[in-house]
Amino acid sequence: MAGSTPGSLTANGAGAAPKRRARSHSPWAEAWRRFRRHRLAVAGAVILALMALAVLVGPLLYPVPINEIDFSAKLQRPSWSHPLGTDDLGQDILARMLYGGRISLAVGLAAMLIAVCVGTVIGAIAGISRGSVDAALMWLTDLFLSLPQLPLLLLIIYLFRDTLRVLVGPEVGMFVLIVVVIGGFRWMPVARLVRAQFLSLREKEFVEAARALGATTTRQVTRHILPNSLGPVIVAGTIDVAAAIIAESTLSFLGLGFPPDIPTWGRILYDAKDHLDIAPHWALFPGGAIFLAVLSINYIGDGLRDALDPRQVM
Amino acid sequence: MGRYLVRRLLIAIPSLVGISVVLFTVLALAPGDPFEELATNPNVPSEVRANLRKQFGLDDPIQVRYVRWFGSMMKGDWGFSFASRVDVDRLILQRLPVTIVILGSSLLLALLVALPVGVYAATRPYSVFDQIANTFAFIGFSLPTFFTGILFILIFSITLDWLPFVYRADISATGWRWFWEHFKQSIMPIAVLGLFQGASWTRYVRSAVLDVIRLDYVTTARSKGLAEPVVIVKHVVRNALIPVVTLVALQMPLVFGGAIVTEQIFRVPGIGSLLISAILANDTPVIMAVTFVFSCLVILFNLLADILYGWLDPRISYR
Repeated sequence: MAGSTPGSLTANGAGAAPKRRARSHSPWAEAWRRFRRHRLAVAGAVILALMALAVLVGPLLYPVPINEIDFSAKLQRPSWSHPLGTDDLGQDILARMLYGGRISLAVGLAAMLIAVCVGTVIGAIAGISRGSVDAALMWLTDLFLSLPQLPLLLLIIYLFRDTLRVLVGPEVGMFVLIVVVIGGFRWMPVARLVRAQFLSLREKEFVEAARALGATTTRQVTRHILPNSLGPVIVAGTIDVAAAIIAESTLSFLGLGFPPDIPTWGRILYDAKDHLDIAPHWALFPGGAIFLAVLSINYIGDGLRDALDPRQVM
Repeated sequence: MGRYLVRRLLIAIPSLVGISVVLFTVLALAPGDPFEELATNPNVPSEVRANLRKQFGLDDPIQVRYVRWFGSMMKGDWGFSFASRVDVDRLILQRLPVTIVILGSSLLLALLVALPVGVYAATRPYSVFDQIANTFAFIGFSLPTFFTGILFILIFSITLDWLPFVYRADISATGWRWFWEHFKQSIMPIAVLGLFQGASWTRYVRSAVLDVIRLDYVTTARSKGLAEPVVIVKHVVRNALIPVVTLVALQMPLVFGGAIVTEQIFRVPGIGSLLISAILANDTPVIMAVTFVFSCLVILFNLLADILYGWLDPRISYR
């Protein structure tokens, strides 16, 4: 039948249905078992973990200042003294990438958290209340889905950046602004997913049983419906991290994200793009880092979809 | 069909109004005031400032200001560009055709890649072709457009020196030569955008075809003795396209984001690069107008998707 073909074909041997075992497993162990079978997803997880480790402890192990200007060593190719070469001011690219990677990855995670929280709350309210509240919230969701996101992102950052810079300082202000704005434009798919899950779960027998036993709506939602609808949300959240990393890099690449003294990967790429002919390495390393992070996250999302949400075909 | 179209057009109006409300709210919430400069200028007495504010209606309640703003946007009175000293609507009309040509051709390219590859992959699931296509699709939509653009410039302009990497609007040649030059400089922007879209569409097409291809009516068509290509094209693809159209229409805002980036990389003189230069020059009327145009384009594409539904699935249009 239509649904019997697993959605992701990157899963090796995905054709075989999970065998019933005599021993009982917790749902999470079962999900982990399915995730492990998706070899590319595991590879993605390992690569992403290595990248996260590198940006977390890298600056400690590689204590080269990110803003040490040395014109005698500008635009150098990778060498032993500068493993990834230098930029037009002679700054060490590896050090800048290790430092900037923290911000790039942190923006991705934080924006995803905002998107998932907002989306879950809105989807849950819509799914549990139905009626006019549901209709209004879904109209809002559809409206947000049809907004041109990048122009609006640029517009909002253009309008608000100076105020926030004065208010909480350039780095924190920009971080908060970018995270909030990116997260604020990415919650809609999560809201739709959660609502759809709620609509089907609230009619299931176990929820009915809870209701019959006198559970309040809050208890039904928090104890029974929400935990069971988390699978697709986790998958969507994973993909959101990748989308947020791309969104931040795009903003920085257009010169409208973080200021030059915060070298996120997109920002390094922006600085590098006018020197492509003499220093291609300068653009290739940060671009490659973004690509690798996004590819790993997408594969992890694919594996998680097989692990947590076996019915969905995408 | 005519009534269907009218109904869809009417449905588009609330979303246009909604988007304009969001835009206006952002602008109204933003700190800063058009008369800020006057406020700090000691030569301007405060009553003059108050009169000016009154004359331009800045102290009116926000809903009045919104209605006035929306009215003038609709009338085509979009203001005056601070930076380039021309009317905003003229500026945008100058830039829009390039954007539409590039965007349209890249969507066409994406379609030409995604449809055959996705369908072929789905008819042979888990084959070598399917695996390769899927890997490329994954790589394709994980590569951000700005990085693909830079890679293309590195490979085709700098290393191989085949294509120009700066888009020039003022090509003096005429006739075929003019066309050829334009074609050559459009290849890279179109390819960057088209391949990115094509990659994610391939996955949609593949999964949609997989959903349809094992349904009973396809088996019936086969057992009637229809040739396989007829079964695939007439019976499978047409029905598989319905969910694909939804996903593609939903992705349109993302495509415009990619278009802005691409125009910026290759310096294509479209409205995307206009937006960036306007932001860098603090040219608020242009920024607002371009954002508004992009919103209208999104709605237009949603409308197109609805019309496509009607064509793909006749039950919808006669409902």
